[in-house]
Amino acid sequence: MTDPILRVRSLSARIAGQQVVEDVSFDVPASGVTALLGRNGVGKTSTIRGILGLIERHGTVEFAGERIDQRPTHRIVQLGIGYVPEDREVFSKLTVAENLRLAERGGAPNRELVDELFPDLVARAGQQAGTLSGGQQQMVSLARALINDNRLLLVDEPTKGLAPLIVQDVANALERAAGSVPVLLVEQNLHVVRSLADTVVVLESGRVVHTGAAAELLDDEELTQRLLGVAAEVES
Amino acid sequence: MKTVLNDKPWLWWILGGVFVAFAAVLPLLNLSIPGVLPGATYTPGTLQVLALALLFSSLALSYHLLFGTAGLLSFGHALYFAIGAYGLGIVLDRTDLTLVPAMGLVLAIAIVAAYLIGSLSLRVAGISFAMVTLAFAQAGNVLVRRNPSITGGEEGLRLQTEHVPDFLVGVLNTRNLYWVALALLVVVFVIVTVFESSRAGHVAAAVRENELRVRVLGLRPFVVKLVAFVIASALAALVGMVHLLLQSGAAPRSTSADFTLTLLVIVVLGGVGSRWGAIVGALVYTLLDQRLTALASSEWIESLPAVLRIPLSEPLFILGTLFILVVLFLPGGIAGAVRRIGPSRSSVPARDRIEEAE
Amino acid sequence: MSTVVLLLITGLGLGALYFLVASGLSLIYGLMGVLNFAHGSFLTLGAFMGWEVARRLGQDSWWGLAASLVVGAAVGAIVAAATELLLIRRLYERHIEQVLVTVGLSLATVALFEGIWGTDPIYVDGPAWLGQTTELLGAKVPNDRFMLIIAAVLVLLAIVLFLRHTRYGLIIRAGVENRAMVTALGIDVRRAFTVVFAIGGAAAGLGGVLASHYFGYVSPHLGGSLLIFAFIVTVIGGLGSLSGAAIASVIVAVLQQFANFYLGGTGDLVVVLLLAVVLLVRPTGLLGAKA
Repeated sequence: MTDPILRVRSLSARIAGQQVVEDVSFDVPASGVTALLGRNGVGKTSTIRGILGLIERHGTVEFAGERIDQRPTHRIVQLGIGYVPEDREVFSKLTVAENLRLAERGGAPNRELVDELFPDLVARAGQQAGTLSGGQQQMVSLARALINDNRLLLVDEPTKGLAPLIVQDVANALERAAGSVPVLLVEQNLHVVRSLADTVVVLESGRVVHTGAAAELLDDEELTQRLLGVAAEVES
Repeated sequence: MKTVLNDKPWLWWILGGVFVAFAAVLPLLNLSIPGVLPGATYTPGTLQVLALALLFSSLALSYHLLFGTAGLLSFGHALYFAIGAYGLGIVLDRTDLTLVPAMGLVLAIAIVAAYLIGSLSLRVAGISFAMVTLAFAQAGNVLVRRNPSITGGEEGLRLQTEHVPDFLVGVLNTRNLYWVALALLVVVFVIVTVFESSRAGHVAAAVRENELRVRVLGLRPFVVKLVAFVIASALAALVGMVHLLLQSGAAPRSTSADFTLTLLVIVVLGGVGSRWGAIVGALVYTLLDQRLTALASSEWIESLPAVLRIPLSEPLFILGTLFILVVLFLPGGIAGAVRRIGPSRSSVPARDRIEEAE
Repeated sequence: MSTVVLLLITGLGLGALYFLVASGLSLIYGLMGVLNFAHGSFLTLGAFMGWEVARRLGQDSWWGLAASLVVGAAVGAIVAAATELLLIRRLYERHIEQVLVTVGLSLATVALFEGIWGTDPIYVDGPAWLGQTTELLGAKVPNDRFMLIIAAVLVLLAIVLFLRHTRYGLIIRAGVENRAMVTALGIDVRRAFTVVFAIGGAAAGLGGVLASHYFGYVSPHLGGSLLIFAFIVTVIGGLGSLSGAAIASVIVAVLQQFANFYLGGTGDLVVVLLLAVVLLVRPTGLLGAKA
């Protein structure tokens, strides 16, 4: 078995003096999609932001064998991590094209892949990102992460607040990307999790309470209900 | 030895008492510190400088209450000092009130002004708050300059001594004013301490650290901040009034943004979180300010090459540079550096502070 | 009518000056969250160095003027960049300390200027045309106003072009909106900080030379007195918004002129009142996004 691409050990994090991540340890395998699950407020987003160094954190994080927990965010990302934040965070005053150009990191960007996955964005290249719909902004956010040759994608609630049709588009794009890059995916929509994820890591109160295969968890209704507070079966 | 002092806070109070007693008898002694003091400690010249230092200590303490305790970065604190100084000067000039009733009237005016301006300014926070306070102080500055018939304009306002008791007037009575300044420092220190240990003070400190949590707990940050603001401003006005008596006048410089910035420098130099720091900072500043001018024209400086002589003969250059160095390398100021020898008091986490306040 | 024209153009001229200082302040605060009290010193130093150069080349010649403008801008840029690299950068993310350091710097530099050039104002001369007036719609408008307005417009255009068409400009525009996300894209924003300081410094230095011609003198306190108005303009326009600073500069300066003339010299008071009103009604300023 190849080594995991990401190794998190005893990660803890605070925001404005508040402890938001207590003690989190898990691995992200070098291929496939790992879903980070849990109820609202358990610390999923904070874990991602802690890994990236966007918030104050302690503990050990290894990316492809290198320690990154002491490094500044931009250095961590330069090692080859694509980030799709919760709430998209596109630069609203910049155009779609400028948003993408900003994200380009030297070398050969995956311009063709992005253009193929998001033809709508090609058409709207000159449009101000702030005037796009939620779904289109999500595409921009995804495109920013996919445009470089990244070795890991951190994707935080990409389907949040989107209509079912768009959710499907996002899921498809992620599935394409996951073919060549490992993904750590925070997601509340269990339907998407079922179709994309290979393994799951479940958080509660800032700690890991369950890891394992995605299918195993989602097939176990009682376990899913207990850990996530929702039914696994979703009428599609 | 330092840890012994930290364990027994009442030791600090005894030390403080000794310091006050010593300061009180200074005018009766014949101590000289050449280079630092212009003359022996019973001479009016030296007492003037020392009284000024005491007044600045009081003023710095009032700013510490505002910025250090309540976390309110104000660029307009000088306004209340000016209300005190100019207010008393104008009342003594235009009315027949004697000193004490006049001071009471001006204090009341200052409190009302602080309440009104504070209520408006505190509706915004952080940098915006700082800018609003700066704007109001600017307004004060403009009012002073544009009404020379009342305020003396650029020339400043001269103290009318008709209704001032004799023992506070004249060069020979400088030491009485010195004792007044000392008494004021004690009063201000006590008031600041009482506030800080009161419930309101604890809430203010908690607000400074984490306002959202305080609000979530149902406590009202706005009221506490306003109280701190009014108290600090009232104290500043008191200092302004005594300053008027000491200097026999009020100058427009005291309404300038520069003046508040100097206060900021003093408080940060001494150490933002510390009352003693504010006092030490003010003493250091006043002595530096007074003596550097004398030092600058000394022979030793005159003989230096121009590239060293020019900066060193400007007291504010030295102060500014010192300040920059302190901010960069000594974040706690002088008090912070001293305190590092013992356990740090301000490491009480916000959560505990809030619990203290409930 | 001619009075109105004169007041308007003088207002625009003064507004141009405010904009030159405020543009830097706004960008610096917008991108870095730093309130730069030393900005006035960039202006003053630019003014003094510009004067020194013009003095040697002949103050009444256009060459002297042109050289002084270039030198003023260059000096401003260099000193500002040095300030950022040596002082501000060490205090990354500690905003209060950053403000304090700029306060200390402003105190120290003004004292230094007094030491070098003395405390009295030094009278400044320029090409004869600047001192003359041109008739416009019945008003006799001093020509230096036109120079100020043209300079400010050119600077505004230059900055806008820079922001639109260069990579650093892109980073700065994005960073003003969301600095954390820029770093999350693998970009080291700190380099953009130095660039922004340099731009602000250049504009301030240029403004300094122009201010010395507008007021007719240069003194160590030249920057400080303009800085307060620049702050007010920046806050009214919205911290971080270049266009906000431009619009606010014009409004504030014109209002000031009219209030001074028609309301008996209360221009300064009116400006301060305007600030208080704007802050209480719309705390983020006219076009600002940051609170």
